[in-house]
Amino acid sequence: MKSRIILLLVPILFLNACAQATPEGHKSLTVMTHDSFAISEEVITGFETENNVTVQFLKAGDTGTALNKAILSKDNPLADVFYGVDNTFLSRALDEGIFQSYNAPTLARVPDDYKLDPSNRALPVDFGDVCLNYDKAFLEENGIAPPQSLEDLTQPEYQGLLVVQNPATSSPGLSFLLATIGYFGEDGYLQYWQDLVANDVQIVNDWETAYYTEFSGSSGKGPRPIVVSYDSSPAFEFIYAETPIEEPPTAVVVSDNTCFRQIEFVGILTGSRNRDLAEKWIDFMLSPTFQEDMPLQMFVFPVNPDATLDEAFLEHLELPAVTAFVSPEDIALNREQWLQDWTETVLR
Amino acid sequence: MTTQNQRTIRFVRAPKFILVWFAPLVFLAIFYFYPLGSILGISFGREQVSFATPFLDVFGSASVRNVLYFTFWQAAISTILTLMIGLPGAYLFARYNFRGKSFILALTAVPFVMPTLVVAAAFNALLGPNGWVNLVLMEGFNLPQPPIQFVNTIYAILLAHIFYNTTIVLRMVGDFWSHLDPRITQAARVLGASRWGTLRHITFPLLLPSIAASALLVFIFDFTSFGVILVLGGPQYATLEVEIYYQTISLFNLPLAAALSVIQLACTLAMTIIYTRLSTRISRPLSLQPRGFTQKRLTSWSSRILASLMIVLLLALFTLPLLALAGRSFTRLGPERGQLGDVTRGFTLDFYKELSVNRRESLFYAPPTRAIAVSLGYATATIVFALALGMPAAWALARNDSRANRVLDPIIMLPLGTSAVTLGLGFIIALGRPPLDLRASPLLIPIAHTLVAFPFVVRSLTPSLRSIRPRLRQAAAVLGASPSQITRLIDIPLVGRALLVAAAFAFTISMGEFGATALIARPEYPTIPLAIYRFIPQPGALNYGQALALSTILMVITAVGMIAIERFRIADIGEF
Repeated sequence: MKSRIILLLVPILFLNACAQATPEGHKSLTVMTHDSFAISEEVITGFETENNVTVQFLKAGDTGTALNKAILSKDNPLADVFYGVDNTFLSRALDEGIFQSYNAPTLARVPDDYKLDPSNRALPVDFGDVCLNYDKAFLEENGIAPPQSLEDLTQPEYQGLLVVQNPATSSPGLSFLLATIGYFGEDGYLQYWQDLVANDVQIVNDWETAYYTEFSGSSGKGPRPIVVSYDSSPAFEFIYAETPIEEPPTAVVVSDNTCFRQIEFVGILTGSRNRDLAEKWIDFMLSPTFQEDMPLQMFVFPVNPDATLDEAFLEHLELPAVTAFVSPEDIALNREQWLQDWTETVLR
Repeated sequence: MTTQNQRTIRFVRAPKFILVWFAPLVFLAIFYFYPLGSILGISFGREQVSFATPFLDVFGSASVRNVLYFTFWQAAISTILTLMIGLPGAYLFARYNFRGKSFILALTAVPFVMPTLVVAAAFNALLGPNGWVNLVLMEGFNLPQPPIQFVNTIYAILLAHIFYNTTIVLRMVGDFWSHLDPRITQAARVLGASRWGTLRHITFPLLLPSIAASALLVFIFDFTSFGVILVLGGPQYATLEVEIYYQTISLFNLPLAAALSVIQLACTLAMTIIYTRLSTRISRPLSLQPRGFTQKRLTSWSSRILASLMIVLLLALFTLPLLALAGRSFTRLGPERGQLGDVTRGFTLDFYKELSVNRRESLFYAPPTRAIAVSLGYATATIVFALALGMPAAWALARNDSRANRVLDPIIMLPLGTSAVTLGLGFIIALGRPPLDLRASPLLIPIAHTLVAFPFVVRSLTPSLRSIRPRLRQAAAVLGASPSQITRLIDIPLVGRALLVAAAFAFTISMGEFGATALIARPEYPTIPLAIYRFIPQPGALNYGQALALSTILMVITAVGMIAIERFRIADIGEF
């Protein structure tokens, strides 16, 4: 009786696998991406009707998890395109050879700073900066000026005010560590972290705990007024306020070399049997239509200068002019050592 | 003549034995061993080193040895504490009948389904730096700093584990206890045994099979703990599962991660083998009694006071954090800000209303009703699958103590002790080739849930099935009942309650599961936990509020579902 149920189950599974095949003429494209991916219905429908294609999205976990899956299924790919690998993971993707080159025409319009893969296997789509965020009211009421540099955070007036994420478990945490490495250099960053510890920095494992439990500027109303988050966070606070507000309760420190820029890339997976469509999809992602939709969906910024952003959105946005830089190769080469040294210095 | 007879019996038995085990084993082979073997094989094969190298690395590293030690230590302490809270609670629910009992029992199951980040938020609302308790203490004693440091301490880990897992003890032991014949202990008391002596020498040994079964499940859950350690424990603490995640995702050191996964599996297996050895030795045939017979009302004052104390403790543990959370989902915090604790509060339904608005016109937007329907659909499928596979397995395990059973019993538990990170990658590799290309199939979700629910079903059913007196079955057989009639008319009615307990576990496991669901679900059809996790990683009060509102909806649905299962009666099971 019970075994009959499982026997029934098996054909259903087969049928299900067969149902994936699409009717003649109509094509299907699968895009593998991370959990944060979002797109407007209108924008995707435009692409689908124009190309007579159905786009399926496969959200495969956080960036690291999704990338690992793409690597492990390299020989029998789950999708045609992978979007969302950032510069901290870029070398892993390129070394494992999951992408094939595509010299998209629109790339000519993209500034060279974003093109980190000279052979165009991974094409830049968007960027966002990991920066210090602060609670405006808290600092004002206590007569403390917003920090202007990373060094400021080791000064007595900022004692016990900062909360950051563990770089071993959190993407913004890793980016902030990279900002300190980029700015202070490999020889200086550990001393800086020792000073931060001496100044009572709080370390938590994830962005959610840092932002919603410890940070005073969020609706979690924690005790600490300075947190590591994104440069788009105040805009989120403004747009998603409980009741309409005049200006966001938080702000970003955008001084030179205090932020680390995360650039996200897209690429055609090596095993894709849909190269033509995949190319079209990448052209579409780089086109102003998609690039203008991105900011309000994912709160990242376009790499294509032809994309124009909504005025109301821009009003509450401040982007850093100069960000600390560490190359993807250096990150891949030293990630383990840096994380180990950081753990020894900060957590022990 | 006799030898001939025995041979015939064996000959008859063997195919039936294979038949009963067929479905569960095929299921485990396809959906567990095959993916797990694939990922371990690929991981170990990635670097041109011997199989032993990553293991030598593991045991050579002091920090990994510390992780191993901590994993054991926290799991042991958590399990003991969970039993200390759970056993008195189980007694209360087993022996007494009182108003609101099924409601309280349903409430205790709610934590089991709550996503870790939400539980962390709930504990923070209560015990965090700006939580109620600290605010009251600071106000009352004029303290400048919050006196209780809770987040990122070992206490947070232990409390969260108790919060999550006490329901396992309450249900498994409580159900078994409720069928124990009270006349046994009454007889002992009449014969002059002290209350304590009766408990120690009679009740406890009789309950031991169910206590051991629940302790094993709680231990394995704590041993493989991930979210609680990461979010509530903080960077100072790491279990094997956290280390596996770090090695896999952050460093992409797959051989080392695979070695850690194997060690974690070996520990689970060792614990389960110990349990299996014990459980066959400690199980005794008993006369199970209907609950109407074993339970009484709270009549004496001492029993009333004790019961009230226990109920207050359970409610404080289970409902205070959840209430804090639900309360917050209806609370508007005004725009005045900056001063600690100085916020204007007001009632609002905005977060709930906002759930039905696709403000960003996003392709992946799902209204809450759809998430609820999707969750309930998967949960129903999981109940069906898990019972269909778990019942024959439990029946076979309880019937005899063959060598095959002794090998198969621990194997059933393995999915619980397996690293979710590792197995998730295994699914991607193994189930992606025709004819089994399931990577995009929605059926994979209830299948993944069944992998976790199946051991629960088996563990909930086996103690009851084992305790059925063989004479009952023999008598029925002598009177001409066929084996299937014996199962239908004796086994199922006698373990009917345990069956409902098993169904309840399958339901809660499916409702709360996040990891596997996140990797397989179509983005347009999220479950409730998945929808919650969409809001959490975004700044903005409205996003945070919507996450809390959805969590509250999840709590209510779970509690209602549990009460519905409690009320469910299988045709002729009646009072059981």
